[in-house]
Amino acid sequence: MSAIHEPFSEGVSLAHRLDPRGKVVVAALFAVLMAVARTYAAVLAGLALALLCLALARLPLKKVASRLLTVNSFIFFLWFILPLTYPGEAVWRFGPLTASRQGLLFTGLITLKSNAIVIALIALVATAPVVTLGQALQKLRVPGKLCHLLLFTYRYLYVFEQEYRRLVQAMKIRGFQPRTNLHTYRTYAYLAAMLLVRSHDRADRVFQAMLCRGFHGTFYSLRTFSWQRRDGIWGIASLLALMTLFYLEWLTPGLLVRI
Amino acid sequence: MSEPLIELQNITFSYPGAPRPVFQDFNFQLLPGKHLGLIGPNGCGKTTLLHLIMGLLRPQAGRIVIFGQAVSKEKDFVAVRQKVGLLFQNADDQLFCPTVLEDVAFGPLNQGKSPAAAMQIARETMERLGLKGFEDRVTYNLSGGEKKLVSLAAVLAMQPRLLLLDEPTTGLDAETKHRLVHFLQDLDIGYMIVSHEDAFLHHTVGEYYHVHEHCCQLV
Repeated sequence: MSAIHEPFSEGVSLAHRLDPRGKVVVAALFAVLMAVARTYAAVLAGLALALLCLALARLPLKKVASRLLTVNSFIFFLWFILPLTYPGEAVWRFGPLTASRQGLLFTGLITLKSNAIVIALIALVATAPVVTLGQALQKLRVPGKLCHLLLFTYRYLYVFEQEYRRLVQAMKIRGFQPRTNLHTYRTYAYLAAMLLVRSHDRADRVFQAMLCRGFHGTFYSLRTFSWQRRDGIWGIASLLALMTLFYLEWLTPGLLVRI
Repeated sequence: MSEPLIELQNITFSYPGAPRPVFQDFNFQLLPGKHLGLIGPNGCGKTTLLHLIMGLLRPQAGRIVIFGQAVSKEKDFVAVRQKVGLLFQNADDQLFCPTVLEDVAFGPLNQGKSPAAAMQIARETMERLGLKGFEDRVTYNLSGGEKKLVSLAAVLAMQPRLLLLDEPTTGLDAETKHRLVHFLQDLDIGYMIVSHEDAFLHHTVGEYYHVHEHCCQLV
């Protein structure tokens, strides 16, 4: 049994030492820009920037690769569907199936975009512990309820996991083995329902305990963030980089490919 | 005779859907400076009594007076919770901040203390309970005994005038129980303990009450 690991949050690299507020803002802007970009020029430049950030964060590359693998396993399926269904000039035929050039280009673009966004998030957001992130969001005036949701989800995910394991153990010691039968389905349904009921009860008790300690809807944080010179320099550099991406995307149409 | 700290008058309370009420015309008084033990079988209403005092549950009928003030609305109980500390049965319900220091400082921060002052109070309280060096420990990685002591520190950091403890010894080893006994013996505020453990109560409280449907009976 282990707590939730945040393997990327520990470190002393530049990316770890930057003020989390700045990192969150830049990562959000970058993600939006990448998500709406439609030219290869902007997306490739974005990917290069993301890789640069990753290099600054000096994270264990093996773990980064395994996370990217997860993302790309979803994208993998797009390669089967999009080229075959996207209308356009046919480049490859197999019986009734036709792959279009536009479809292939589009899928390639999505693949690059997704990777650029995920790499940037790993380098900028995952390098701060979730708790710090929650507090940074609070300082950025993100609605309190969303911040609380993040912090509580994180805090109690572990408790629910323990609760789940306890229930599964209780099932196992009484000889439960999953099979393809009604008994198994019913047992799993009970497990899910019990988890729901227990979670709800626990949430109630936690809230009561908070009321007892004077909670009235606002969280106060012990943490103070300090915006330093390196944060300023980094912030300006990031803004310039984002503006370059914007320039590549909107002001130079058709530099490489525009779909 | 001095004014009771807590007074429950003709309280009726039943849980929704329960066949019979937990309390019916229930009366109870806690006088200043008393150290009470509440005993009784499971389900007799010991925890319910504590939750009624804190306003976590509301009676269907009756009057609750705390520190001489009648309390009935949420707003009244908010004030009560600043002065009365409740230690929950299950420490996991109480600890929800990631680190120990943040959890202990949560109450003082809610009371409007500045982060620096809250941190100071938290550190002092932890030191009193022998929890020095625990500041940056992650709350869910603590042992059962440590969790209990941290949640006690969290309650005491609000500097309550009265402490309610709900089965404080469940799951504690002899050593931690011992620490708890010593701590309570040195405590200068009144407290009320719900417990099934005679030996523990014997060392910590002056009077035992058996919780019944209509009253608390001195044993």
